Amino acid sequence: MLEQQLVNGFTLGLIYALIAVGYTMVYGVIELINFAHGEIYMLGAFLTLSFISMGLPLPLAVLLAMLAAAAIGVLLDIIAYRPLREAPRLAALITAIGMSIFLQNLAMIIWGSRPMPFPKQALPAFFSEPALTFSDVTISWMQIIIYAVALLLMVGLNLIITRTRVGTAMRALAQNQTAASLMGINVNRVISFTFALGSAMGAMAGIMVSMYYNTMYPTMGYLAGVKAFAAAVLGGIGSVPGAMLGGVVLGIAETLGAGYVSSPYRDGVAYAVMILVIIFRPSGLLGRAVTEKA
Amino acid sequence: MLELTAIETFYGNIQALKGVSLKVAQGEIVTLIGANGAGKSTTLMSISGVVHPRKGSIAFMGEDITASTTERIVSMGITQVPEGRMIFPRLTVRENLLMGAYLRKDKAGIREDEEHAYALFPVLRERRSQMGGTLSGGEQQMLAIGRALMARPKLLLLDEPSLGLAPLVVENIFEIIVQINKDGVTVMLVEQNAQMALQIAHRGYVLETGHVTLEGPGKELLSNPKVRSAYLGLD
Ligand SMILES: Nc1ncnc2c1ncn2[C@@H]1O[C@H](COP(=O)(O)OP(=O)(O)OP(=O)(O)O)[C@@H](O)[C@H]1O
Ligand SMILES: [Mg+2]
Repeated sequence: MLEQQLVNGFTLGLIYALIAVGYTMVYGVIELINFAHGEIYMLGAFLTLSFISMGLPLPLAVLLAMLAAAAIGVLLDIIAYRPLREAPRLAALITAIGMSIFLQNLAMIIWGSRPMPFPKQALPAFFSEPALTFSDVTISWMQIIIYAVALLLMVGLNLIITRTRVGTAMRALAQNQTAASLMGINVNRVISFTFALGSAMGAMAGIMVSMYYNTMYPTMGYLAGVKAFAAAVLGGIGSVPGAMLGGVVLGIAETLGAGYVSSPYRDGVAYAVMILVIIFRPSGLLGRAVTEKA
Repeated sequence: MLELTAIETFYGNIQALKGVSLKVAQGEIVTLIGANGAGKSTTLMSISGVVHPRKGSIAFMGEDITASTTERIVSMGITQVPEGRMIFPRLTVRENLLMGAYLRKDKAGIREDEEHAYALFPVLRERRSQMGGTLSGGEQQMLAIGRALMARPKLLLLDEPSLGLAPLVVENIFEIIVQINKDGVTVMLVEQNAQMALQIAHRGYVLETGHVTLEGPGKELLSNPKVRSAYLGLD
């Protein structure tokens, strides 16, 4: 029982982690909580659905959905946030909430407000079958795929951030924007790149969740977004490894909370974690003390 | 090489520069001295395109750069070592240097200039895998200068490189500035340490609350009675 909870919690945690890195990267470069990030996750699922219904094979549909979500993330920044870069931070924050509501409603207009199943015929039949069984623990193929994709994306993201020129520019920008622009770094272009990366990862999370639970709905980004945000805070907002760790910890905590305390409290775990972190360790598990930020 | 014509720069409603004109010729060291809040940093930030003047114009090598982006200005050959150094604290020394070469594509040249920076500041070579934020103030200043040189600038803007450093380190930094200038880089030096700045500068300008009030050869300003009393603390 416990082992099975851990397996399921880990799966959920990787999903949160994939979403959380988007929050934390954007916060790192422009100190904005992008509340519309949950909607990018939702759009990932619906875009995949649409591409599949156009007759595209699953891998291509997923890839296109990620690219489209990345483009939407970039546009979101250019249209909604960039004009407010010099404005008080509250203005951008309220705009982010507005964009979240707007994108939810746009999705309702396009795809309807009722939950839709993930098109079964597009998935290989073995996905929902057990891949591994030890005594009373089962891991499905879908779970293995989530592990593999999530780990692959996170390793890839880390390589981009630590090894490439644009990744180094992202880190430089997060540390000192004036200095970064004095290096000749095109700040807006690097911010766009950050939105694109985070959105692609978030979209992939939405795609995999809609396959895993076999459902998607226009408001699915809200709760997932709040939880992933809690994960980012838990890990230390601004820290990419922190977001990954925070996601996994939160996913496991939530699943255990639902299993051992009471399942109606499951969604409360994220809020409780967030409140506890803010009270006792505002810099999160892997974050830096806030005072260090210039 | 560089010409500012009556530039006026604002922060919101606050006017920091009230018509600053100055010239820098190829090969010179020109210094800009003045009290706190006179507008020295604002002048350099206007040149770098971080803030844009509302009036007046800035020309570099015959091109109007008043409204150009910092990216463009850096690619034309103007780099700045900002006040307070602004190194990237959580990038390694080497990554800091490479960020200085951000707009360059010539790998071999970049490698060469990295070596040159280590030759100029040997301590940076020892510290190259260390985080920038762990360096001492003097080392950070060296890193900031090394980083700016990585762009192979034609014109190097330095904002108070002596700030907060021990006299011996200041002397070392100034020697290196002279060396950089001898190697062919034109230098514009903002300083509170007027004594040292005027000693190495070919020409100097005195800035007071957004206006240029005095200009002339470095030696001449050193002996100017107003400069002596206001900026050198001599009678
Ligand atoms: N970001 C800003 N927002 C508002 N006002 C500013 C800003 N930066 C500078 N100022 C104002 O502009 C004026 C000129 O400032 P500046 O930093 O250019 O002076 P400075 O000569 O470099 O001074 P210091 O020697 O102290 O560095 C000052 O009155 C300052 O208060
Ligand atoms: Mg200054």
